[in-house]
Amino acid sequence: MDHAAHSGHAPAAHAAAHGGDGQQHPIKLYLWIWGLLFVLSAFSYAVDYFRVQGYTRWTLIIIFMLLKAGFIIAVFMHMKWERLGLKLAILTPPLALLVLIGLMAIEGDYTFLTRLASFGQEVFQPAPVHHD
Amino acid sequence: MSQQPMTMPEGLGGVTADWSADKQAFPVPWGKAMMWIFLLSDTFIFSCFLTGYMNVRMSTTVPWPNPSEVFALTVAGKSIPLLLIAIMTMVLITSSGTMAMAVNFGYRRDRKRTAMLMFATAALGLTFVGMQAFEWTKLIMEGVRPWGNPFGAAQFGSAFFMITGFHGLHVSGGVIYLTVVAIRVLNGFYDRKGTYETVEVAGLYWHFVDLVWVFIFAFFYLW
Repeated sequence: MDHAAHSGHAPAAHAAAHGGDGQQHPIKLYLWIWGLLFVLSAFSYAVDYFRVQGYTRWTLIIIFMLLKAGFIIAVFMHMKWERLGLKLAILTPPLALLVLIGLMAIEGDYTFLTRLASFGQEVFQPAPVHHD
Repeated sequence: MSQQPMTMPEGLGGVTADWSADKQAFPVPWGKAMMWIFLLSDTFIFSCFLTGYMNVRMSTTVPWPNPSEVFALTVAGKSIPLLLIAIMTMVLITSSGTMAMAVNFGYRRDRKRTAMLMFATAALGLTFVGMQAFEWTKLIMEGVRPWGNPFGAAQFGSAFFMITGFHGLHVSGGVIYLTVVAIRVLNGFYDRKGTYETVEVAGLYWHFVDLVWVFIFAFFYLW
């Protein structure tokens, strides 16, 4: 890969190092990832189309979701080629969200049980979904 | 830029070296570092929306409307689940692909191709927003409101409008952003500036919009 040939403004060595003026990767790689994302999206759509239910459904949805997210971040957003310092600075803080998600799941569960205890199961007759 | 790439340590030692001394922490253009930090903050915003959605969905005693049915489209008398959403997903992925290639051609100083691919990306983004407007109109006509709907739990509407609305706003903003950068590519602004990193930074934003959709698609539409 020819990083340095067209970085007249920056020291060529810098551009060639990491992520400077030179995230140059073969087009073929992008096309591959593009195709993969298509296939993975088709898979997750198929999960819904064929009405897969229960744990199989959730596992498949999450696996396809994480694979897609991973490919987008790693290749399209070039994270794969950045230095570990930047990777850690951007990718580790969202882990704190797991605490929020955990707390809110407990909270949601508690609210649900409280509502059941106080109001009982509401009788709700959903209208059948129909489109014109 | 006074880094000596040859002597920069890798791995964990590299992390310490990058963070320790009084110097630039990230050896990338500042615009790129700042875009990443902005996207990190945006991650937290969208995660808060999705977590809030999880919370209201878990806590309601009324059945949640089945997204597979609510978002179905009738084609030739046959109801196909989530059809429009699937098409929207493909459109957004395609736009991510064209954007990735635009960044590539930018670094090759191929002005014309870069600009054309960016305009294509923006056009696909507009298509996406258009389809979303169609989806919103359809749901509103069917009686979905932020405070209630005929299909089930009242929280469905507020979660839907909030999450997809905020995402749609990001896409719309991205379309404007990309158009501005593409015009500058065409008129040689970045040749005069000497670097095409702005195209990559705009690309980061665009891929992030696609990334958020991956999570919305999984958690809101497929769950």
